[in-house]
Amino acid sequence: MLEKALTGSKKYWVWIFFLLALIGIGVINYLRQFSYGLGITGMSRDVSWGFYISQFTFLVGVAASAVMLVIPYYLHDFKKFGKIVILGEFLAVASVSMCMLFIFVDMGQPMRIMNVILHPTPNSILFWDAIVLNGYLFLNIIVGWTTLGADRKGVPPSAWVKPLIYLSIPWAISIHTVTAFLYAGLPGRHFWLTAVMAARFLASAFASGPSLLIILCLIVRKVSKFDPGKEPIQALGKIVTYAMFANVFLLGLEFFTAFYSNIPGHMHPFHYLYAGLEGHAKLVPLMWASSILAVVALILLINPNMRKNENILAFTCASVFISLWIDKGFGLVIGGFVPNPFEGVTEYWPTLPEALISLAVWCIGFLILTILYKIAVTVREETSSWPELH
Amino acid sequence: MYNSGKIITGLIIFVGLVATPFFYNSGKTSVKPEPGIDTPAIRQLAEKQCVEPREFMKANHMQLLNDWRDSAVRDGSRIYVNSQGKQFTISLQNTCMHCHSNKAEFCDKCHTYANVKPYCWNCHIAPKENKT
Amino acid sequence: MSIDRREFLKFAGASTLLGLGGITAVQELLKTSAGASHVMVDEKALSAKRWAMVIDISKFKTEADYKNVVQACHSIHNVPDIGNPKDEVKWIWTDTYEHTFPGQGNEYMPEGLKHKPFLLLCNHCEQPPCVRVCPTKATFKRKDGIVMMDQHRCIGCRFCMAACPFGARSFNWRDPRPFIKEQNPEYPTRTMGVVEKCTFCFERLAKGLQPACVEKSNGGLIFGDLSDPNSEVRKVLSTHYSIRRKPEIGTQPSVYYIIGGSENA
Repeated sequence: MLEKALTGSKKYWVWIFFLLALIGIGVINYLRQFSYGLGITGMSRDVSWGFYISQFTFLVGVAASAVMLVIPYYLHDFKKFGKIVILGEFLAVASVSMCMLFIFVDMGQPMRIMNVILHPTPNSILFWDAIVLNGYLFLNIIVGWTTLGADRKGVPPSAWVKPLIYLSIPWAISIHTVTAFLYAGLPGRHFWLTAVMAARFLASAFASGPSLLIILCLIVRKVSKFDPGKEPIQALGKIVTYAMFANVFLLGLEFFTAFYSNIPGHMHPFHYLYAGLEGHAKLVPLMWASSILAVVALILLINPNMRKNENILAFTCASVFISLWIDKGFGLVIGGFVPNPFEGVTEYWPTLPEALISLAVWCIGFLILTILYKIAVTVREETSSWPELH
Repeated sequence: MYNSGKIITGLIIFVGLVATPFFYNSGKTSVKPEPGIDTPAIRQLAEKQCVEPREFMKANHMQLLNDWRDSAVRDGSRIYVNSQGKQFTISLQNTCMHCHSNKAEFCDKCHTYANVKPYCWNCHIAPKENKT
Repeated sequence: MSIDRREFLKFAGASTLLGLGGITAVQELLKTSAGASHVMVDEKALSAKRWAMVIDISKFKTEADYKNVVQACHSIHNVPDIGNPKDEVKWIWTDTYEHTFPGQGNEYMPEGLKHKPFLLLCNHCEQPPCVRVCPTKATFKRKDGIVMMDQHRCIGCRFCMAACPFGARSFNWRDPRPFIKEQNPEYPTRTMGVVEKCTFCFERLAKGLQPACVEKSNGGLIFGDLSDPNSEVRKVLSTHYSIRRKPEIGTQPSVYYIIGGSENA
C-alpha cells in the first residue's frame, strides 16, 4: 500500500518538501547540539529537563488518545467510528514516533541509548516507558496496517488482529500512566508529587488527542474525496467536552490542595506559573493564555449548538489543543523544577537551536502522519463506492 | 525486459555505492602496524610482560579493560591478580598508561589502522609526553 | 555436515537469544584464556557497612576553611570551573542555612547562623531516589552505602537530576576539559553529556585514605562507619544534636550537620 504515498497532487508534494526542508534545518541544528553538547539548549543545572521532555510528555497523551476511537468502535460496536478508527491509530503511530525522537534528542549520550536494553532496570520508570512506548508503536502499526489492508481487499481483518486490538486498549492507558509515573514518583518535587497526576494526564490526553483528530478529519475532508462524516466528528466533540471538563476539574483539585493546605512547597510552583515568584514570571503570560483558552473552549463545548457548528468546533478544538499544549507541553515540566531544591528560582526558556530541533521532530511526526493518512485516505477513496463492510 | 533501463541504472548505482569502501581505500598503502613498546618505564622492567602475556593482551585487551572497568567502578575491587599470581592496581591512567606512556605509538597506531575509535580518552587523561 | 534452511534459522535464532543474554561464544572463549586471574580488594582499603559524614559547622570559621575543602575535592577530581550557573558542575559547595534546610529556618534565628555558609554535597542516601530512577544502573548503591556513578554507562537522560531532592547532581552540558585549570593526571575527567557528583572519594578509600575534603577540614568533617558503634561519627552523633537535610521525604541522608550552639551566634 506504501506506493499510494508516492503519487499525489502538486500541493501534496509542496507540503512534503516543506516538511523536509524544516527537518533539514533541524538536523543541522541537532548536529551542532551533538558536537557542542546539550548546553546549546536553555536547560541548566536547576531546570534539567526542558522543551524536549515536555513535548514528549504532551505527545504521549496524543498517542494514547487513539483509544478513544478504539473503545467505542471495538468494545461498544459504535459503527460510526468505523471509517476513522484508522486515522486515530495512524495519529498514534506518528505521535509515538515523535515521543521517541524527543527522548532521543534529549539524551546527553545518544550513542549509548541501547544501555537501557543491555542493562534492563525494572525499578526505573523510564525503562518501563521505553517498553510500553515501543510496544504501543508496534501495536498500532500492525493493527492499522492489517485492518486497512483488509478493508482495501473488502474482507474482514484476520482473526489474529482482534486480540492485538483489545490489547491496545489497556496498553494506551498504560503509556500515559507510566509517563505520569515518571513525574509522580519523585519525592523532592512537590508540583509533581500528586496521586491525580496519571488521571490528569489521561484526561488531558483524551481532550487534546481527539481535538487534533477533529481538526485532522476536517482537513482530510477538504483535501480529499474521503469524508469522515458529520456524526463521528460530533461524537469526538462530545469526548473532547467530557475529557476537557475532567482535565480542568483535576487541575482545580491541585489548586485546592496546594492553597487550602497552605503548604509553601506546594504553593510555590503555582505561584511561579500563574503569578511569578521572587520577580521571575516568564511563564505567567503563557499559563494565563492556557487558562483563558481552556475556559473559552469549555463554554463553547458545553453549548451543544456551538459544538454542532463545525467551524466553531474547529476553533474550539484548536483552543483545547493549544491550551493543553501550553499546560502539559511546557508548564507542567518547568513548574516541577521551579523553585529548585534550594528554594531558589532559575528560569528556563528554550534557545533557537532547541526550538528548531523540536520543530523538526514535529515535522517528522507530520511527515509520518501525512504519508500514513495519504495511504489511508486513498484506500478510503477507492472503497467509498463499495457497500458498507461492517 | 520490463523497465530494463531503470533496473540497470539502479543496479549500477547500487554496486557503485556498495563498492565505495574499496574505491575509498584503493591506492592507500596499508602496512601492518607495529605498536611501539619502547618507553622509559618499560625499558626498566626486568621482565618485559604486561599484566598478562603479550598474545593474550593483543587479542583480549578490550575485554580485559571492560572487566577492569566494571570491577573497579562497580564492584570496588581494584587489585588484579594475573594468571601468574602477580598483583596490579586496576587503573587505566595509573597502571596501563604508566608503562605505555606513548599513547600515539602504542594505542593509536593500531586503532587508527583498524579504524576503531574507543572513547576512553574522552574522559581518561593520556600521559603528558604524548599530547599532540 | 549440511543443514537445511529451517535448521539454520533455528540455530541463528538460538544464537541471537544467547547473544542478547550476553553469553556469546566469543565472550566464553575470552574468559577461559586468562582463567587463573582474579580481582580483589586492596588490603589497605577502608571498609564499612555504611559510610557517613558529619559536618561540624562550628569548626568552619574563615572563608579559607570552606575554600580548602572545596578546592581539595574539585582539584583532585578534575571538576571544571565553567563560571556560569547554567552549565555549572560542582561536587561540594556552600549555600546559606535557608537554602540548605528549606523551611527549617525562622526569622529570629541567630544572625550569625542566618548568613553562615553551609557545606553541601551528595547525601549518599540510604534510600536514594536517583538510584531508583536510573534506567541503566549507571548510578547505584554500593554495599558500603556509597551512591556511586558509573560514567561509562550514563546515557545522560538526567532522570536522576529530577529525582534528587538535594540538587547534588551536575550534568556536563558541554565538554568540561577546557574549564579544568590543572588536570590531575591520576583521575579521569568526564565527557560531555554525563551526570556526575560526589562519590565520597571511593578511589581514595580503596587506597586506605580518607576523603579529600575530610583530610583538609581540620576536624570540621568527620567520616566513618555509621554501623560501627565505636566509630568517630557515631561518637560525635551520640554527643551532639544533629540535623539532616529534608528528613521528611525519607531518603535517609548519610550526611549529618552539627549546627553548634552560641559560638555560631
